Amino acid sequence: MWMAINYACWGISVLLALWMLYDWFKIDTTYSEDVLTSSREGELEAVSEKHRI
Amino acid sequence: MTAAVETGLTATIHGDRVSLLRVLGPAHVWALGVGIVLVGEFTGWNFAADKGGALAALIVCWIVGLLYTSVAMIDSEVTSTVAAAGGQYAQAKHIVGPLMAFNVALFLVFAYTMLEVSDAILLGDTIVAKAGVEGLTHNSFIAATIVVLAWLNYRGVLMTLNVNFVITAIAYVSIVILFFSVSPWTQGAVLKLNELVTPGNALPYGWIGVIAAFQFGIWYYLGIEGTTQAAEEVRSPARSLPYGTMAGMITLLIAAAMTWYVCASLMPWEYLGITYYPLWDAGKLTGSPLLENLLFIATLLAALASANGCINDAARAWFSLGRDRYLPSWFSAVHPKYRTPYRSILFLLPIALAFAFIADLNQAITFSILSGVLQYTFMSINIMMFRKKWPLGSIRRGYTHPFHPLPAIVLFCLCMVTFFAIFLGFGSQLIAMTVFYFLISLWFHFYRYKFVRRGDQFSMPWPKPQGY
Repeated sequence: MWMAINYACWGISVLLALWMLYDWFKIDTTYSEDVLTSSREGELEAVSEKHRI
Repeated sequence: MTAAVETGLTATIHGDRVSLLRVLGPAHVWALGVGIVLVGEFTGWNFAADKGGALAALIVCWIVGLLYTSVAMIDSEVTSTVAAAGGQYAQAKHIVGPLMAFNVALFLVFAYTMLEVSDAILLGDTIVAKAGVEGLTHNSFIAATIVVLAWLNYRGVLMTLNVNFVITAIAYVSIVILFFSVSPWTQGAVLKLNELVTPGNALPYGWIGVIAAFQFGIWYYLGIEGTTQAAEEVRSPARSLPYGTMAGMITLLIAAAMTWYVCASLMPWEYLGITYYPLWDAGKLTGSPLLENLLFIATLLAALASANGCINDAARAWFSLGRDRYLPSWFSAVHPKYRTPYRSILFLLPIALAFAFIADLNQAITFSILSGVLQYTFMSINIMMFRKKWPLGSIRRGYTHPFHPLPAIVLFCLCMVTFFAIFLGFGSQLIAMTVFYFLISLWFHFYRYKFVRRGDQFSMPWPKPQGY
């Protein structure tokens, strides 16, 4: 049984790794780099914080 | 973007930018912090007994608990103000400066990646030990742990931390069940603390043994500061982060005390100091197959929860470096559907796998602890500068820690003691790591910093610091 689990672990690892690579390729070819890297630090804080103590 | 419109995927983009998703609450923060740490109760802390005896393991449990309480209080105050992914990196950037921030981010990535590697090795070794099958190696279990958890992190932070909450809670409850199953109120029935820890063997190497034990006492709480990495994904950072972090610290202090009491009452310090599975062994020594199996499963779950949280945190620190162009901005991509730093997760995945296959547990965890203590040393200096530059009343704080500057001084002193303890046990690694951070700092200062958009990196809408 343990050897079967051993092989199953390799199989799951390969499948999920391939899926992530496929999704990565799909996203990178679908969206522009500007959109994907558009996140900015502290945007919400800049809107909500007024610093009136 | 045109292609995206054609495929209909733009529905997942909110506004003009793709950012991390604010979906987490205090329970997720607790799950992230305690999840990373709790594995330390299942293995690691007990090596303190090898350095200084069972009583030394208890003394460092409380003293290092003080160190981490200081860490949690300081972190809660600063993070409730600098609520950005990257946690201590973002704090360092705003309060100390870019070079410190770059180093802190590397401390974070190293500490969490090496801890993830250690967790995966532990999980693999535990399964192999349980199976007892000739020819079975830990490699497949290590690969499955790292890849499955990376996939979970890739698919979204909410599910990742929901899973962490459940498995961390099960592992924690198993410690509580073990504690009450051995009649802790009655010595002699199952527990034999007074026979195993005597005045003659309590501190076999004297007080220098206690100092040496600091290095492994860190295991009781290593990683609780990881809660701050969720800052950009919690719905209410000012409330959730201090609440989740402090609740996590209280939870861990209770777990550490229960773990020491049960294990020191069941095993002689000579064995306790060398076993890789103190709680699993404690379950076996009770003679109950139910407890033995429960503690075996809990050891696996604790390792899983820790690795899961580490992937989450290391990826966010790496992502933040990319976003500020401290590293190529390619790393700052956010998945438009799952809203996770997917390229950072994928980049760190093979690195973790490579270390897990070639490094041994002791090396990996020493590098993790070293990076962690470097980070805590920075935090003690950071809070002093924060209070000086932006005194109370000058900016809004979600939490204000009491007794300042006492926690910062205590933290700094305890870090120095821990460095000395690490030097006693792993002096060459300490020197190698220091040289590495020095060289990488030179690279950042003389080469990489010219790519940074200097005005963009300071994002908090704070008033000018006092004295500037």
